[in-house]
Amino acid sequence: MNLNATILGQSIAFAVFVWFCLKYVWPPITAALADRQKKIADGLEAADRAQRDLNLAQNRVAEDLREAKVKSAEIIDLATKRANQIVDEAKDKAREEGQRIIAGAKAEIDMEIQRAREALRAQVAAIAIAGAEKILEKSIDQAANEELVKKLASEL
Amino acid sequence: MADANTTGFSLPEYESGTEYIAHHLGFLKYGQLPNGSWGIAHTIEEADAMGFWSIHVDSMLMSLLLGFMFMGLFYFVSRKVTSGIPGGLQNAVEFLVEMVQTNVKSTFFARNELIGPLALTIFCWIFMMNLMDLVPVDWIPLFAQVVAQDNHLYFKAVPTTDVNITAGFALSVFILVIFYSVKIKGLGGFLGEFAFHPFGKWALPLNLVMEIPSFLAKPVSLALRLYGNMFAGEMIFMVIAMVGLFQLPLHFAWAVFHILIITLQAYLFMMLTIVYLNQAHTKPEAH
Repeated sequence: MNLNATILGQSIAFAVFVWFCLKYVWPPITAALADRQKKIADGLEAADRAQRDLNLAQNRVAEDLREAKVKSAEIIDLATKRANQIVDEAKDKAREEGQRIIAGAKAEIDMEIQRAREALRAQVAAIAIAGAEKILEKSIDQAANEELVKKLASEL
Repeated sequence: MADANTTGFSLPEYESGTEYIAHHLGFLKYGQLPNGSWGIAHTIEEADAMGFWSIHVDSMLMSLLLGFMFMGLFYFVSRKVTSGIPGGLQNAVEFLVEMVQTNVKSTFFARNELIGPLALTIFCWIFMMNLMDLVPVDWIPLFAQVVAQDNHLYFKAVPTTDVNITAGFALSVFILVIFYSVKIKGLGGFLGEFAFHPFGKWALPLNLVMEIPSFLAKPVSLALRLYGNMFAGEMIFMVIAMVGLFQLPLHFAWAVFHILIITLQAYLFMMLTIVYLNQAHTKPEAH
């Protein structure tokens, strides 16, 4: 084991290398490392934030959907009610119309009956008189008997 | 193997295993030769005769080469680093930087811009050097011998098996520890730690006897732990290299195990550096 000037040479070389490393190698590499660390941290944070935003948005969408469902159910309900109402109204109207038609027809029938009765009455009077004339075979004072026949006819 | 190739280079021959290992342990050493001139040592005796003012050319060359390799790669990545989606290379570099950053954060509690780059440099550089241990033991020396056209050239491929290299790291860390201790706690505070801990001021000599060796042991243990592990690992590779055909599965097995060691040692060096510097930045709790 002999120590010689190599030890000095190595020490000097070592000092120079350390200085070089300190000056030109270490700072850019560690700076890049730190920079990347920061970037990654930022990225993770951004991802977190995005996740949170997404959750919020999803919640809001779910809320909106629920609301829309409720509202649509209400609308359908209302529409059904309205439709029923309209149907009911139409039914009522139809019934009324039918009744009116029936009533009209009845009145007409009544009128016809009346008219027929009148005609019949008139004819019965004439028949009765003719019958009476034939029975009596003589002319009776038409005026005197008219009264009697009319009375008979009205009793008919 | 005596058959010389066209360039006149012949493969090195060793008369014994001892010589093989001894040759592999030799350094390509530049310094003052016994005759007074300066040059590369050709024998281990010549190398040993050189004083302190000599240098291991192979260790320094490999160390700088590997240093430039990983630092160049890191620099290349840091030029076009993006905080967006990283490419494969950037991913790998970021993995290392982040690993170092995490360790620094969990171990170092003061604020100091230097610690991160320091730890990163230590880990990557030492790992790269240790990695040379996994290159088959003869390849790099042989390559150097071919390049130099000298089949007796010493060339040590793994810089961390050179105690000078590990001690260079440890010494630098030790100087930083002293520098920051004095800077943060003041000279008095720093020296006071030796004098008044762990037993209070009435046991001052005992404190000194306990604290000073433990303080000085830090760089020594730092340097020798790495050196010892790598040296032993390489030695085993060399021994395996001498057993003939069976060396292939053995090499594989030891290399797989060694991957663990080289990573662990680089990591350990880095962590201990961070721990020592953290101690330099914090006052010990009162006793």
